[in-house]
Amino acid sequence: MRLDVKKTYKLFIGGAFPRSESGRTYELKNKKGEFIANPALASRKDLRDAVVAAKSATTQWSSATAFNRGQILYRIAEMLESRSAQFIEEIVAQDGTSQSIARQEVAESIDLWVWYAGWCDKISTAAGGINPIAGPYYNFTIPEALGVVGVIAEEKPALLSLVRALAPVIASGNTAVVIASESRPLTSITLAEVLATSDLPAGVINILTGKKSELIPWLSSHMEVDGIDISGADPKTDAEIKISGSDNLKRIHRFDKEVSPNRILAFMEYKTVWHPIGI
Amino acid sequence: MVNEIFEYAPAPESRSIVKIEKEYGHYIAGKFVAPHSKKRFATINPATEEVLSKVAHGDATDIDKAVKAARSAFVKSWSKTKPKERAKYLFRIARILQERAREFAVLEALDNGKPIRETRDIDIPLAAAHFFYHAGWADKLEYAGLGQSPKPYGVVGQIIPWNFPLLMLSWKVAPALATGNTVVLKPAETTPLTALLFAQVCEQAGLPAGVVNIVTGDGKTGAALVNHPDIDKVAFTGSTEVGKLIAKSIAGRGIPATLELGGKGANIVFADAPIDEAVEGIINGIFFNQGHVCCAGSRLLLQESIADDFLGKLQDRMKKIRVGDPLDKNTDLGAINSGAQLAKIKELSQSGSSEGADIWSAPCELPKKGFWFPPTIFTGVTQAHRIAREEIFGPVLSVLTFRTPQEAMEKANNTPFGLSAGIWTEKGSKILWAAQQLKAGVIWANTFNKFDPASPFGGYKESGWGREGGRHGLAAYLKGSN
Repeated sequence: MRLDVKKTYKLFIGGAFPRSESGRTYELKNKKGEFIANPALASRKDLRDAVVAAKSATTQWSSATAFNRGQILYRIAEMLESRSAQFIEEIVAQDGTSQSIARQEVAESIDLWVWYAGWCDKISTAAGGINPIAGPYYNFTIPEALGVVGVIAEEKPALLSLVRALAPVIASGNTAVVIASESRPLTSITLAEVLATSDLPAGVINILTGKKSELIPWLSSHMEVDGIDISGADPKTDAEIKISGSDNLKRIHRFDKEVSPNRILAFMEYKTVWHPIGI
Repeated sequence: MVNEIFEYAPAPESRSIVKIEKEYGHYIAGKFVAPHSKKRFATINPATEEVLSKVAHGDATDIDKAVKAARSAFVKSWSKTKPKERAKYLFRIARILQERAREFAVLEALDNGKPIRETRDIDIPLAAAHFFYHAGWADKLEYAGLGQSPKPYGVVGQIIPWNFPLLMLSWKVAPALATGNTVVLKPAETTPLTALLFAQVCEQAGLPAGVVNIVTGDGKTGAALVNHPDIDKVAFTGSTEVGKLIAKSIAGRGIPATLELGGKGANIVFADAPIDEAVEGIINGIFFNQGHVCCAGSRLLLQESIADDFLGKLQDRMKKIRVGDPLDKNTDLGAINSGAQLAKIKELSQSGSSEGADIWSAPCELPKKGFWFPPTIFTGVTQAHRIAREEIFGPVLSVLTFRTPQEAMEKANNTPFGLSAGIWTEKGSKILWAAQQLKAGVIWANTFNKFDPASPFGGYKESGWGREGGRHGLAAYLKGSN
């Protein structure tokens, strides 16, 4: 009888897997009350480190060609597919759900990465355009990535809802700081292992596990964070998050299971350029 | 010096075309009504300090009445009006604005202090064009790429600034009506008159009562509008400070806001720029509308190798700016809109001098009465100076220099604002490169301060939320679109 080698679930910041600088963890148990893991309990310092990593990755990621971003998102789908079995096992352990429900969640998550991969080089065409102004000027409008976007992941289904939020955020060239599902954090960190092997530049996605009530106020008040998807925050705290986010006029949005280009555009900014026409 | 300019005989526009009432009420449910508080306040001509009229001081009761009128109009008439009929109302408004353009141009110059040349050639024609453009959208919204069955919010509370009173009204009212919303509009405290004249236009167009309601007043009136529980959406143009307050006050209510806020636009001149055109562009960028422009090019970034030569040409050109009577057709720079704004411009200018920058103002004679400030530039400005960071909102330009294009981009983006930027170079690839780097919602390359109803306008970062104008601006008034 061989003893399992268990995984230490750590944070994902700047392409590395550090423990929380605070040294804290929290105990995760399954429905039967049996011990599963001790994921990291991220601190304010970890969140700030994650924002620094995300900020420094913005230039490289937003200036990568849309084709290149699309290939990397597709690569994430490939890596996820190849590790499906592991995700299914983890969802079953973590959620106490059936194999078939877990399999369905993983399959949908993979397909979502593929769907958004295809949007990378189409969103500008679909949402931008030439404006027929009354004068001798060439004038066009294009959507651009916002910068650093916070993603507050929904509690469940932890993998699928995280992909629903995260894929549209990074498809356009944003970088992300994720606060993972507090009660079901394992698949978020395993997703980080997928991201780390998908040619995604370090820092484009950073994932923190821990207490939402502790981390959200630091995220919403951080002046280098440009937008937040609050779909996974308690709706009772929306006002608080928006008030604290208004100090730098963060773009803050909540979605109800939405899968659409609208979700990409929510964290983009329109730029309009004019130039005279003449000889 | 002044005498280097050709002597021009005064060419004042007649004000007889405008009839200003002694006092005005609010325009609510299709009627002018007295204010609940019975209080009125004076609106003056900032070029002479003459009282033009007294307008109603709106309070929460007036706002409530206006919101109820807008709600009732939304439920009973406007939401049942066929889109193609809605379009025709807007076309009518556009036409009436064109017919009465002279009257509006004179009234705007009187109440705001801006030169008649600008109200006549820019403010009023663009306001009419805005209605004409949006009219056509009213029955084509399902083709705007904003969902297959886009729906209006309902009642929209709109607050507009004093720098382009009628034009900002049109930017707010035209898209709101085209998308099927009804509105309660609060004009700026110092420039309410063209909005009140616009009420007459709505009458002449036969617009159903309550679709457009106008409540005059001050900041408290605006706050009462934002805080009214029955509005479905807020649209505001004004300062970043007030924009943040609005964002906070609606945070718990789940209603959206469009915010068009401040700016500190960089106008970047590379060594390979068309110099004469660039000089004109810099002048237009900062002295258009007395610099009371949120997207003004208020920071000039000059490439070091051409800086001295360029500044000489800029100063020569500044000496030729004609400051004075807004109604004179030769006037380039009119009056500062209010005593309060003049005090703010003076305070920031003094900070520029005391922090070590060098001030130079064009020699010009300023009228004895009214509020005036000469065209002014500061050189030797660093990024830490207040005049490089804060919006002055006056005819004051801060000049900084750079060596490399990368340095220019870093300096241009080193601001919490992100509304506009200008690029001056003859090299096409450099324009497109710089346009990519600049974090601003509107980029003018080899031109500046151009506006069009078909062109989306709005800012990155702390310059606001959302866009106005063009297909993208419609999203601000339709549910569930970004």
